[in-house]
Amino acid sequence: MEQALPDPERRLQPATLEPLGHPDAGLESAVGEEAEGARDEGPGDGTMMENNFWLKKIEISVSEAEKRTGRNAMNMQETYTAYLIETRSVEHIDGQSVLTDSLWRRYSEFELLRNYLLVYYPHIVVPPLPEKRAEFVWHKLSADNMDPDFVERRRIGLENFLLRVASHPILCRDKIFYLFLTQEGNWKETVNETGFQLKADSRLKALNATFRVKNPDKRFTELKHYSDELQSVISHLLRVRARVADRLYGVYKVHGNYGRVFSEWSAIEKEMGDGLQSAGHHMDVYASSIDDILEDEEHYADQLKEYLFYAEALRAVCRKHELMQYDLEMAAQDLASKKQQCEELATGTVRTFSLKGMTTKLFGQETPEQREARIKVLEEQINEGEQQLKSKNQEGREFVKNAWADIERFKEQKNHDLKEALISYAVMQISMCKKGIQVWTNAKECFSKM
Amino acid sequence: MEGECRAPQARSSGLPAGGGGGESPGGDAPLPGSSGSSALLQAEVLDLDEDEDDLEVFSKDASLMDMNSFSPVMPTSPLSMINQVKFEDEPDLKDLFITVDEPESHVTTIETFITYRIITKTSRGEFDSSEFEVRRRYQDFLWLKERLEEAHPTLIIPPLPEKFIVKGMVERFNDDFIETRRKALHKFLNRIADHPTLTFNEDFKVFLTAQAWELSSHKKQGPGLLSRMGQTVRAVALSMRGVKSRPEEFMEMNNFIEIFSQKINLIDKISQRIYKEEREYFDEMKEYGPIHILWSASEEDLADTLKGVASCIDRCCKATEKRMSGLSEALLPVVHEYVLYSEMLMGVMKRRDQIQAELDSKVEALTSKKADTDLLTEEIGKLEDKVECANNALKADWERWKQNMQNDIKSAFTDMAEENIHSYEQTIYYGPIYSSCKEKEEMI
Repeated sequence: MEQALPDPERRLQPATLEPLGHPDAGLESAVGEEAEGARDEGPGDGTMMENNFWLKKIEISVSEAEKRTGRNAMNMQETYTAYLIETRSVEHIDGQSVLTDSLWRRYSEFELLRNYLLVYYPHIVVPPLPEKRAEFVWHKLSADNMDPDFVERRRIGLENFLLRVASHPILCRDKIFYLFLTQEGNWKETVNETGFQLKADSRLKALNATFRVKNPDKRFTELKHYSDELQSVISHLLRVRARVADRLYGVYKVHGNYGRVFSEWSAIEKEMGDGLQSAGHHMDVYASSIDDILEDEEHYADQLKEYLFYAEALRAVCRKHELMQYDLEMAAQDLASKKQQCEELATGTVRTFSLKGMTTKLFGQETPEQREARIKVLEEQINEGEQQLKSKNQEGREFVKNAWADIERFKEQKNHDLKEALISYAVMQISMCKKGIQVWTNAKECFSKM
Repeated sequence: MEGECRAPQARSSGLPAGGGGGESPGGDAPLPGSSGSSALLQAEVLDLDEDEDDLEVFSKDASLMDMNSFSPVMPTSPLSMINQVKFEDEPDLKDLFITVDEPESHVTTIETFITYRIITKTSRGEFDSSEFEVRRRYQDFLWLKERLEEAHPTLIIPPLPEKFIVKGMVERFNDDFIETRRKALHKFLNRIADHPTLTFNEDFKVFLTAQAWELSSHKKQGPGLLSRMGQTVRAVALSMRGVKSRPEEFMEMNNFIEIFSQKINLIDKISQRIYKEEREYFDEMKEYGPIHILWSASEEDLADTLKGVASCIDRCCKATEKRMSGLSEALLPVVHEYVLYSEMLMGVMKRRDQIQAELDSKVEALTSKKADTDLLTEEIGKLEDKVECANNALKADWERWKQNMQNDIKSAFTDMAEENIHSYEQTIYYGPIYSSCKEKEEMI
């Protein structure tokens, strides 16, 4: 299949990258998420770019896929598919494009890139990758990762992923992303050197936070419910669609048998012969028309799948918020208890159980000096705690603000894309009917001439 | 009991001469190769040679259909025209109108059975009255058919619906089965009525007019069961012999019948399979549409578009129903009847061969001088007449049958195609997302 760019409507506005002279801009974003968060104001659309001195636009395409064999980490032979990524820069004036970079990447490297982005941009709804394994298959589709159709659809999905990242106002500026497109060798090492895996929040911690957080921002709670619903409804839809495709395939293909039998029958008929034969031909046409129809539908299914996976990205942002909020609540709680301890020590009243109180009872009271020392320590801790709480609060607010901005951007994108996809689907159905009318009109004419 | 020659030539003014002018089917042409798109016929699609379980009865409620062939009801759809069976000989002179309706269940201590009401209206003199109403059960139809076969061994008797559908039937008398059978019985009687010879058969008249007890006593007059069985055994032996000396034109006829039988059986299976696939597609689509409505509940901006797609899917569903009914009303009964016809035809060939074989064996006996030559010569004379009559009857009826078959098949498929066209036209309704769809289409 020829290299297919996503259709014009879906083509995202290519975003600019910083020119080579500013490697630090990317590094900056790799290091400090707070700084990153502080930098971006307002909805993250493309217009921001113009304010900066980006000189060139770029085009990214995943143009080829190739089967390769190599040795994996355990020194075993393995077969995998590599994808060619080509980057072109487009001169503003005349619109001509020049190939600037071209390298090969495999799926696992895309995964690495995305995991990195997830860690460093937790407030961003990070675009999803196409599925790792074929799901929602109907009988004709193969679930084999090496199947050419699957590889082709994955190629398109990966290209889409890169375009989404490149057109995201914040993600596009990331250095690691830039290197992904331009530096073939050593890229993996570079990513790992950022130490992002260590920065990643543990799943367990996140789960714990989800259950224990007391006052998450209501909008995030709603968003979480929404993303759950979205995920559930799209999965259901895709499952049923696959079954529908299966059945439709059956209906069309069985008609093909008419073609063969009519043709054989026409041999013994004099007057009916011609009519039968030509009607049979139309039955063959009808039967084979389903292949193209279902191929188009598969693209539609892929568009829905992207948003199915986007739902998970939304949930990731919500989880991060819950984690931060929980952290904040814990810090506040800790601070409050320290203050209370301090107060108790100062006033001498024991309202709550404490180990010190216990030991005091058992071993006698401490000296005033000891008490003073302890109060001092606590006061220091309280001070620190208050600072931390303040900055955590600040972080939290920043996070919520930035995340929400990206979520708004995402919502608009989603509504636009899904509306387009749904309309295309309806148009596909209509075109299928029109083809049906044509074939059956032809067949009817043949039948009536028998 | 033996073949009567009197009727065929005299009455059948519309038929081509029964004598030597019979058109032979072009059985010489080699079968063409398959139509080239053999890619379609991968094992994945169908293995039509195995005995499929698809022989279940499926017909839908024919609430559209007015089964009375005499009442001047305008066809409500092209479908209803199918059942006004087209017999192109002298349609205006039809003087015998039969309907089969009102199936009723009867329960006795021994068995349960269904009877059908048969109403006959006629202007013929030989009938005592102009209108008759009787009730008959399947067994009675079977009796009639056997009598007709005996009286006219080389005429193409219309087929009866099967006795039972062996596979896929849980209950012998479910509504669909009864309705399909009723329609087929109606067709059976009307085909007899329209046949230039059979229409004047005495047993046929008795069948249509006699009260229950009259029919029973009439039935007893026929040859007993035992003698009929005895004949069968002898007949098989004879027919083997008859095949060898079959004249050329009957060889061609036989060739046609064999191939036709093969093909029509395949078409029957294919059509039923299509029906099954459509039904399963319909079932899935019914679940598909509502998911979009469900989704629209959690979306604001997308709600309208989602509902639009749901309504599009809904129309697809309705269109599928239309196609299904097109199949079950128009195509499947016709194709199935011709499957049964092809079996019938093979029976007719056999009987013709048997009659011929009788003659041949006597001729052989004569040449080997095994028995009394004078007696043999006389018998041979009679048999030669018999053979000539039988052959002529078959030839004439064959032409008539082929013509009918062509018309019926042509109508059935044309009507099915028409239904399919309508079904697709019905789906093309843009509905609430009209403008967006139109915009998109223009862009493509």
